[in-house]
Amino acid sequence: MIEAHGLTKRYGATVAVDDLSFIVPPGQVTGFLGPNGAGKSTTMRLILGLDAPDSGSVTVGGRPYAAWRRPLFQAGALLEAKAFHGGRTARNHLLCLADSNGISRTRVDDVLDLVGLSGAARRRAGGFSLGMSQRLGLAAALLGDPPVLMLDEPVNGLDPEGVVWIRTLLRTLAAEGRTILLSSHLMSEMAMTADRLVIIGRGRLITQAPMADFLAAGSGGPATVRSPQAAELAARLAARGATITRHDGDTLIVTGTTPEEIGELARADGLTLTGLTAGQATLEDRYMELTRDSADYRAAPGEPAATRK
Amino acid sequence: MPATTTAPPRAGLAPLFAGVLRSEARKLATDRSTTWALLAVVAFNVITAALLGALLPGHLSAHQKATIDSVRISLGGLHLSQVAIGLLGVLAVTGEYGSGMIRATLAAVPQRRLLLTAKALVLTATAAVTSIAACLAAYLAFQSFLPAGDAMRTTLAGPGVLRAVTGAALYLTVLALLGFGLGTVLRSGAGAVAVLFGVLFVPTLLAALLPSSWQDTVGRYLPMNAGDTIYTVRPEAHMLAPWTGFGVFCLYAAAALTAGFALIGRRDA
Repeated sequence: MIEAHGLTKRYGATVAVDDLSFIVPPGQVTGFLGPNGAGKSTTMRLILGLDAPDSGSVTVGGRPYAAWRRPLFQAGALLEAKAFHGGRTARNHLLCLADSNGISRTRVDDVLDLVGLSGAARRRAGGFSLGMSQRLGLAAALLGDPPVLMLDEPVNGLDPEGVVWIRTLLRTLAAEGRTILLSSHLMSEMAMTADRLVIIGRGRLITQAPMADFLAAGSGGPATVRSPQAAELAARLAARGATITRHDGDTLIVTGTTPEEIGELARADGLTLTGLTAGQATLEDRYMELTRDSADYRAAPGEPAATRK
Repeated sequence: MPATTTAPPRAGLAPLFAGVLRSEARKLATDRSTTWALLAVVAFNVITAALLGALLPGHLSAHQKATIDSVRISLGGLHLSQVAIGLLGVLAVTGEYGSGMIRATLAAVPQRRLLLTAKALVLTATAAVTSIAACLAAYLAFQSFLPAGDAMRTTLAGPGVLRAVTGAALYLTVLALLGFGLGTVLRSGAGAVAVLFGVLFVPTLLAALLPSSWQDTVGRYLPMNAGDTIYTVRPEAHMLAPWTGFGVFCLYAAAALTAGFALIGRRDA
């Protein structure tokens, strides 16, 4: 369990994290989302006590992280892939960390095995690919077999097999009752892995909610309607403020309304519907909708259609 | 993976510190730059001493041999080995900042002063053992090249000889700690090395431009001039007494370490 209360962190004039409160409950994978520069990494550093907040507090397992002796038994973190001395072998890197918390050599070999680095254990970590570095970072996070795990972009650089592996691992760890905080920009991956979301923008909390609630709360995805009187229906829908994003023969793709309204409209006007499918909003749609105003770094709205002619 | 949800072992301060010491010792031992720096300390000392011992007797008059500080001469390799040991001290801490390892380290050991203490102790022990071996070897190498009956011959039992030889090793050890302190304050290897050797060499060079009366009063308190006294058997009139000079040199290192300990607890990693 991670609990943050009113966390605020400034770097000079920049407010990186602004009065941020959230909880990360045990037994679930909590996705930590936000645009670049939203303050996700800063928040993770504050949780680990690497940076000190200007105000507010955060606890891991009921105490500030830095108050734990041998904190690797409390929480494991993967913050940056290459947080190791490149000249050391993978095994020596882990042994250095293990020694400091009284963790055995056997456990070091076990986590190397778990992340699939046994074969590279005696190779210098400086020569590792990004994916192997991520695996080594994950091994370090798992050293103390901790009840809390915090992973910043862990699938970065992993091959598809690695992505599936890490998803399965995180699901398994959460099912064991552990607290998992996972940040990633890969929305499809997040949709498959997370049970719950904490979304921040410009250092502030935008929302925290279970994934299902979050997806259901939006305006819904585009509905697909089929009707032999498609043209007439389209005109009626447009008059009611809905947007027809596509009109293809008998089929309409409609946003800005609900399937209930479409059905009601058709009944009232005596139009025949041969098909009506509610669109499910994807995590990506909902995320974009929510963070549109808080992205610091965003490409200028391009108009590819215009340039294509 | 074993799903242990048992409470973590209750760790007292003593076993905790033992683990951190072991971790820091492993870090130093598994860092190649440590090996190179330590080899350089021994090699610079011994090779310089052997060359001087082989070449010098033929070039000096009997009078020169009788008045020269032959023990200090035999430790002439210190001019080079101090660079290597200073680098070792700097890298012992800045290496972690440079690689990003420091964040993994501080996440494992959030008790930052305890961590820094362990690092300093491991560095001190490593630097001291290597330096004593290097300085003793240099002295013996120099002596072994001198012809029988040469006026520069001394024994470790001679007045001030053992103090000078072990003192040279202490000088190197404290120099490593000065570099370590500066590294902790500056967190950048290049910056700390520049400041370390700036502090050692530049004041001594500048002091040479001062009027000689100033040189005698101010100059002897400069880091390198003060530190030199401990491996000098025949001091010049304006120098501080050996242990006084060494004490002054220790104060410089203590100042850098104090600043490092004060800052590491306060700064963001």
